Amino acid sequence: MAAMQRYSIFSLLRGALSGHRDWEPAWRAPEPKPSYDVVIVGGGGHGLATAYYLARNHGIANVAVLERGWIGGGNTGRNTTIVRSNYLLPENQRFYEHSLKLWEGLSRDLNYNVMFSPRGVINVFHTDAQRDYWLRRHNGMRYAGIDAELLTRADLARLVPALNLSPDIRHPIIGGVMQPRGGVARHDAVAWGYARAADALGVDIIQDCEVTGIDVEGGRVTRLQTSRGPIGAGRVGLAVAGHSSRLAEMAGVRLPIETHLLTATVSEPVKPFIDTVVSIAATHAYVSQTDKGEVLIGGSLDGYNSWSQRGSPARLEDILASASEYFPRVSRLRQLRHWAGVMDMSMDGSPIIAKLPVEGLAMTGGWCYGGFKATPASGWCLAWTLANDAPHTLNAPFSLERFRTGAVLDENGAGPVAWGH
Amino acid sequence: MLLIPCPFCGARDETEFAYGGDAGVERPTDPEAATDEAWTDYLCFHDNPKGPHRELWFHRDGCRRWLEVERDTWTHELGAVRLSRP
Ligand SMILES: Cc1cc2nc3c(=O)[nH]c(=O)nc-3n(C[C@H](O)[C@H](O)[C@H](O)COP(=O)(O)OP(=O)(O)OC[C@H]3O[C@@H](n4cnc5c(N)ncnc54)[C@H](O)[C@@H]3O)c2cc1C
Ligand SMILES: [Zn+2]
Repeated sequence: MAAMQRYSIFSLLRGALSGHRDWEPAWRAPEPKPSYDVVIVGGGGHGLATAYYLARNHGIANVAVLERGWIGGGNTGRNTTIVRSNYLLPENQRFYEHSLKLWEGLSRDLNYNVMFSPRGVINVFHTDAQRDYWLRRHNGMRYAGIDAELLTRADLARLVPALNLSPDIRHPIIGGVMQPRGGVARHDAVAWGYARAADALGVDIIQDCEVTGIDVEGGRVTRLQTSRGPIGAGRVGLAVAGHSSRLAEMAGVRLPIETHLLTATVSEPVKPFIDTVVSIAATHAYVSQTDKGEVLIGGSLDGYNSWSQRGSPARLEDILASASEYFPRVSRLRQLRHWAGVMDMSMDGSPIIAKLPVEGLAMTGGWCYGGFKATPASGWCLAWTLANDAPHTLNAPFSLERFRTGAVLDENGAGPVAWGH
Repeated sequence: MLLIPCPFCGARDETEFAYGGDAGVERPTDPEAATDEAWTDYLCFHDNPKGPHRELWFHRDGCRRWLEVERDTWTHELGAVRLSRP
């Protein structure tokens, strides 16, 4: 295997001198081998990160990542890229803070610019009750050593000049909170960066390869049936987001996950006017601006089980109405695209990163609408779990058994309603 | 946009309804006697098919009846709609 061509200012200059004709492909396109020590299903950020950390942290490089489409074409490439660790429950704080720390060194670690931009994640609120909730959550963060700030209306006016702070609107903003270290990253670059770094360590990334069956013999996973033939596997890690229940079902495992739609939309590009991420509590919309200048707007779930990847116009209207209320200039922008992803909504709103009740089979899933920020830590923890056949303390709470024992991690106290989190 | 044909009100926008999830789950009739296993299955482990789904919808802004709707979760095609058991 050839050493990875490292990217730097010098390689860029060298590339320029030769008219950019000598760049090597960032990863190979190998034929699948008959078997691997570990096979990861799903070439989104989570699957690719798992493969990378298996090779880098655990020395297990006889690994394949099987992706039915192209890598990063699932939710990884459809999300609004918010990265944060502003949680209240200690289990979530520890996990997401580990993830945020990995994000902070990720571009260097992968030698690939994932454009992580810690521009600050702001949540604004409108009522005393909402303020108390957000204060409690952010005080909890500070108690755990995570950065968190309370923002007055004056702070908001300074940080987000475009925000509508008028007292005369339907739900006036009375204040906000911020996690300054939170921000956004380039979603495609995360998939590509992990893919390139994993490939360089020997991992086979196999696109256009759909897993259609999981063979279990004597309670142990042995082989995957795929559109490119059977592939033997010592261990298998599932990282298929909205398709988690389908894949688990192939191994006879039922999951507390339902698949729902989440919509987002981008406008035509305009000059920069917002350099933070702003989430609006009243109407569940959040707004940021991409590096290309598009205004990126997301909201809440469509609210019923769906695998269609087509969002409802009703939800789109909600999101745009809300964004226009709080950023009035948005009302004059043309929307370029809108789309939806299939969300793996778990019954307590927290993920499952765990061994499943079939020997050799583990999964990461149940990410709801917030798994992009988890990508590094999810891969890190699933790699640990596959390598050691046991969870790390960071992901031990995110078990499948918790739904039976009652040790659920219901951050919002919404109860077992998949679309309620 | 889903247009759900309510037996009372006719075809109405999805925005008038509240979703109630998998219609196949059975609440244990005697909760005190139900095992933890049965209780957890009822609360957390529901069908999640990519295809035909039998599900509950509440006509919140209409007749306020619970409906049982057949809908394909992949194509969004609607099938039979009937009143749910009271
Ligand atoms: C509109 C939207 C906005 C979001 N915003 C945010 C946000 O701001 N911040 C945040 O943290 N998270 C956000 N999320 C959630 C986030 O995108 C996901 O949780 C995360 O990207 C999941 O990554 P993944 O690698 O698990 O999944 P994916 O990227 O979906 O990867 C799973 C892969 O598995 C493949 N696959 C499925 N079935 C098979 C099979 N049978 N065989 C082989 N391969 C298969 C799929 O093709 C897919 O590529 C958002 C999601 C959406 C849809
Ligand atoms: Zn009705």
